[in-house]
Amino acid sequence: MELVYKKPEAINANPFPYCPGCMHGTVTKLIAEVIDEFGLREKTIVVLPVGCGTLGVLLWNMDNICSAHGRAPAVATGIKRTHPEKFVFTYQGDGDLGAIGFSEIMYAANRGEKISVIFVNNSIYGMTGGQMAPTTLVGQRATTCQDGRDPEREGYPLKIAELIAQLTTPVYVARFAVNTPQNVRAAKEGIKKAFQNQMDGLGFSLVEILSNCPTNWGVSPMATLDFIKDQTMKEFPLGVFRDKTEEAADEK
Amino acid sequence: MESKFMKGCEAIAEAAIRSGCRFFAGYPITPQNEIPEYLSRALPKVGGVFVQGESEVASINMVYGAGGAGTMAMTSSSSPGVSLKLEGVSNLAAARIPAVMVNVMRAGPGMGTIQPAQSDYYLMSKAPGHGGFRTITLAPATLQEAVDLTYEAFELAFRDRMPVIVAPDGFIAAIMEPVDLPDYRDPPETPAWAVAGCEGRDHINVLLNGGLNEEDQLAKNRIAEELYEKWDREDVRVETYKVEDAEYVFAAFGLAARICKSCVDELREEGIKAGLIRPITISPFPYAAFAALEDNVVKYVIDVEMSIPAQMVNDVRLGMKDRFPVAQVNTAGGLILDSEDVIAKVHELVKGV
Ligand SMILES: Cc1ncc(C[n+]2csc(CCOP(=O)(O)OP(=O)(O)O)c2C)c(N)n1
Ligand code: SF4
Repeated sequence: MELVYKKPEAINANPFPYCPGCMHGTVTKLIAEVIDEFGLREKTIVVLPVGCGTLGVLLWNMDNICSAHGRAPAVATGIKRTHPEKFVFTYQGDGDLGAIGFSEIMYAANRGEKISVIFVNNSIYGMTGGQMAPTTLVGQRATTCQDGRDPEREGYPLKIAELIAQLTTPVYVARFAVNTPQNVRAAKEGIKKAFQNQMDGLGFSLVEILSNCPTNWGVSPMATLDFIKDQTMKEFPLGVFRDKTEEAADEK
Repeated sequence: MESKFMKGCEAIAEAAIRSGCRFFAGYPITPQNEIPEYLSRALPKVGGVFVQGESEVASINMVYGAGGAGTMAMTSSSSPGVSLKLEGVSNLAAARIPAVMVNVMRAGPGMGTIQPAQSDYYLMSKAPGHGGFRTITLAPATLQEAVDLTYEAFELAFRDRMPVIVAPDGFIAAIMEPVDLPDYRDPPETPAWAVAGCEGRDHINVLLNGGLNEEDQLAKNRIAEELYEKWDREDVRVETYKVEDAEYVFAAFGLAARICKSCVDELREEGIKAGLIRPITISPFPYAAFAALEDNVVKYVIDVEMSIPAQMVNDVRLGMKDRFPVAQVNTAGGLILDSEDVIAKVHELVKGV
């Protein structure tokens, strides 16, 4: 019998450690499929964040290293600069990348580190139990803004992809979601593009993926799908904010 | 071996390259800027990488990445910047990633001044980060020693897979002295534990900066404990100078020790039996050298530091088991210790005895 669907080699046989219905699982699997398709597993170093993404340490079947909270882009810089022929990507949440590690991501992007960044934006601090994130929506509740995010008090959500696309250096910056099969397919194409750019030595790519946190949003996994469509995407429109892949390839 | 007349920071930087260092990341701060400046020129010439980080935090984490991928990596800073690096040092120790951090110490607390001091003693010798770990911390007293210890620091870091600290004070980094530079050696092959892609291996490598669970964390702490105990047995370095018959024994490290050494000679010419114990590793501390002081010979131990409050003095007391009275000479603010104050203190003690 022909095997038409199998677990990617880039992840191991452990059960997914994320909560049921969490899109960290979806994103992890998409990345693993792309790694397999490109045959990158043996030359990859995964740089893990602090957050639920750290649980990837139980899944990735590739060399991986855990960073201090927010520092993954700096850690990836050290690895990629000393091993330019290897494949290096970071996997980061919004607290990790958008708050404590905001400086590290902006500077890695601006230096044009030849790495790929997968940024999982679930609008909340998952691992620590649902505190407000830089990406928490206006009015969205969190344990540290229990009456909902108030722009008067907490400012507006940080639009990471748009901010990074303001810089001159990055090659590819885009935002996707994984709440529908179509969106999942598009997200996978985005990841492919970001990875291809690194394989071609072009420069910095960031793929932001709108995600959920059923546990700390306090809704069912099914309900998070509509929430993303009706609320999250209003604040964080999907799209490609920077694509100078061809330009960068011509320069090479 | 090559002899050169060099400035402190540049000699330290050159020693790092000769030892095999091929990655440096750092953020500017006086009085150590000549280290990154030198390496920004010199590292690319030997196929190495220099990155000016956007902060001390970013820089030490770049070193964490480069070291984790198996490259001999270094960062340098001075006291206020070192505070920021400690998160990274703790993570290096947790993940057992080798790296060298140079702290060209300046006066504090806070921004302090940009002038030399030894007031990071506790920070550099006891707990250079959160969570409970130790480092080998080397405190040179001459430029030659700074060169030799920097060269060796990389060996120690790779031997133990741990961060190693070299902690000269701002004076040593700023002086010009003739130095013998050690020979260039090739950087090591990518070690078996490094995260550099699993090609050619039948397993993946994982560098974790924490425990998978409580038992795993405990096991890691126990393994590290064995290493620290081995350092206590095997890696302590100390210079003793004319201590055998000394009645007045100085305890000092780094620049303060250099000054005390000349005071020993001066006092001996006057007929006062002085001596010096100089910790070279401020961690592991040479307690035994102080324990070996003879009950009926020593009259005073004089702890001399460029730090207020004095810090090393507590280790000195512990080492000699409080058997002798302790006198203190110290300064701070970036003002270099005055040898006359040291001599005057001994005269005062001699008169009082
Ligand atoms: C220096 C430091 N500060 C704070 C924490 C606590 N902490 C762990 S995970 C986390 C937030 C993670 O949120 P996010 O990055 O959004 O990822 P998620 O868990 O939602 O995927 C925080 C604040 C830490 N581990 N280290
Ligand atoms: S806490 Fe939230 S983000 Fe973390 S695994 Fe659970 S659902 Fe996912």
